Amino acid sequence: MRAISTIVAVAALASVPLWLRDPYLLNALITTGIFIIGAMSLNLLLGFTGQLSLGHIAFFGIGAYVSALTSLGFDVGLPGDFRLVHAPWPPIAGFVLGVVVAGLCGYFVGLLSFRVRGAYFVIVTISFAEVVRLVALNWVELTQGPLALTNIPSIALPLPGFGEFTLRTKMHNYYLVLVVALIAYLLIARLVHSHFGRAMRGLMENETLAISVGIDVTRTLTIAAVISAAIAGAAGSLYAHYIRIIDPEVFAFINTVTMVIMVISGGKGSLAGPVVGGLIFGLLPVALRPVMAPEAQWIAYGGVLIAILFLLPRGIVPSLTQRLGRRLGRTSARAPVALTETAAKEPA
Amino acid sequence: MSEFLQHLVNMLVLGGTYALLGIGLTLIFGIMNVVNFTHGVLYTFGAYVMFMVVQQLGLNFFLALPVAVLAGWLLGAAIELTLLRPLRGSDIDTTMLVMIGAWIAMQSGTLWIWGGVAKAVATPFPEAPLVLGPVSVSWLRLFVLIAAALLILVTYLLINRTSLGRAMRATFQDHDTASLMGVNVDMIYTSTFAIGSSLAAAAGALLGPVYVIFPQMGDLAAVKAFAIVILGGLGNITGAVIGGFILALAEELGAGYVSSGYRDAMGFLIIIAVLIFRPTGLFARAERVG
Repeated sequence: MRAISTIVAVAALASVPLWLRDPYLLNALITTGIFIIGAMSLNLLLGFTGQLSLGHIAFFGIGAYVSALTSLGFDVGLPGDFRLVHAPWPPIAGFVLGVVVAGLCGYFVGLLSFRVRGAYFVIVTISFAEVVRLVALNWVELTQGPLALTNIPSIALPLPGFGEFTLRTKMHNYYLVLVVALIAYLLIARLVHSHFGRAMRGLMENETLAISVGIDVTRTLTIAAVISAAIAGAAGSLYAHYIRIIDPEVFAFINTVTMVIMVISGGKGSLAGPVVGGLIFGLLPVALRPVMAPEAQWIAYGGVLIAILFLLPRGIVPSLTQRLGRRLGRTSARAPVALTETAAKEPA
Repeated sequence: MSEFLQHLVNMLVLGGTYALLGIGLTLIFGIMNVVNFTHGVLYTFGAYVMFMVVQQLGLNFFLALPVAVLAGWLLGAAIELTLLRPLRGSDIDTTMLVMIGAWIAMQSGTLWIWGGVAKAVATPFPEAPLVLGPVSVSWLRLFVLIAAALLILVTYLLINRTSLGRAMRATFQDHDTASLMGVNVDMIYTSTFAIGSSLAAAAGALLGPVYVIFPQMGDLAAVKAFAIVILGGLGNITGAVIGGFILALAEELGAGYVSSGYRDAMGFLIIIAVLIFRPTGLFARAERVG
């Protein structure tokens, strides 16, 4: 049942560029897709380990910058008269490096920030993202600072025997984003249904109990952070090669908030949640654009976030599946709901 | 040496308003366990009230400060009553996200009302600074320092010398027991949020004329306030005051001797360092208000 609905959803999404000819809408769908990948990676931490990271955009931005710099090349001076010179590499290598470096950053940030919990964890992660933003803004020799990195090449896929295939059009990029999103989705699904996934949920529900049954909490959290950061880095890399220009504003806090809204509205701890929430919130500005001034749009955005937290605190997907399950008279749909309810009662 | 003295003077002026921001946030954080993301917007709001009273209504500069404090108090009480009271008892992440939603909506609101162009406020103070030997300080900044010091003193007396303050301290220690002793905990929460908000608005009204006023000015102020609260320890007012001055000193020295581009990074680096090495704050022997 679940597999069929997934296949239908993927087929529907794959057919979009075949009938949607409006480049503006296609562009909105591509950037939304990229942010949905980021939101899925955030959901791995927020929904399955219970850690609210509000610095998630840092990994997205690091992936974007590393990928862009790898494919553009750079020449910077280091302390002590060293120069670091890098000749441009193919963008696909940039993508791989972006994922790896973002994952490494996730490791170090996780190592440091998982020493604290709750509000403190949130504030450490925000601080990390802001420090990275300030470095990107001030290390002008490497990042061009506010002048932005421009002319970032599009991703080219090496086809053995045929040379290279450069993804230039919106349709190409749409399918690239869709494929990466699908891989990320399957990876996260596989992860949360494994032994490791049960360890994550266990420590989310009751950390002390998890320790007492032998779960290495810090190790579990750090691994989750590495995978989450690497996926966010992949999204960032896609963003850099699609938009083809990045500046330090990519690290803006509002971008993290966008991802959080996607996860919360769709339903944290639900695999489909970030996709559903992401499609709604990614396309909401498009729908509101003809009827509202931009400032009013943002007011509505904040208002909708508050409304969702008041009316659908568990998110759209878990609320709907529960209602559907009840109508079909199945009791199994209640199980994951009860799980999140106990987690919510846990004092933070 | 004279450069260093100048940095110290700047630190005092900046530290006073930082302390105001920090006290407001530490009260709310400590007593209500709410991570208040609207704190920065209330700072912006205070600055715009200053602008409105002085530039748009043409009233007295010194009148604008109490108006800003009162407006901050009212807006804070309104936020608490409409958004936080219904969520009493829900987890900290939910209230935090609701506060983020309110922050986005309110910041866009200021952008909508006053536009994105930075605003300046005319002050009644002379242009020429006060020169004391090797250092100079503008009269406006001197006024900011004195006003901030007075507000800190008033808050301190409010918490330590009044029955409302006693009830706030009791609620901080144990809200169930306080409630059993006849403290109206709901009223204490609303008062706490309103007082914290009015202090943020006061800080904005004081620093607004020193710099320029624009809708996003509160974002950095909010994170700095978080840095101060973490530095001083949760709910620790004296810690928040000292934390405010330490952050101001770190920023002044960082901007003066490292690079002015990294001035605003100091707060974040302090947050990261404190939470890693001393997560209970620098001055936390026991966590308490007062």
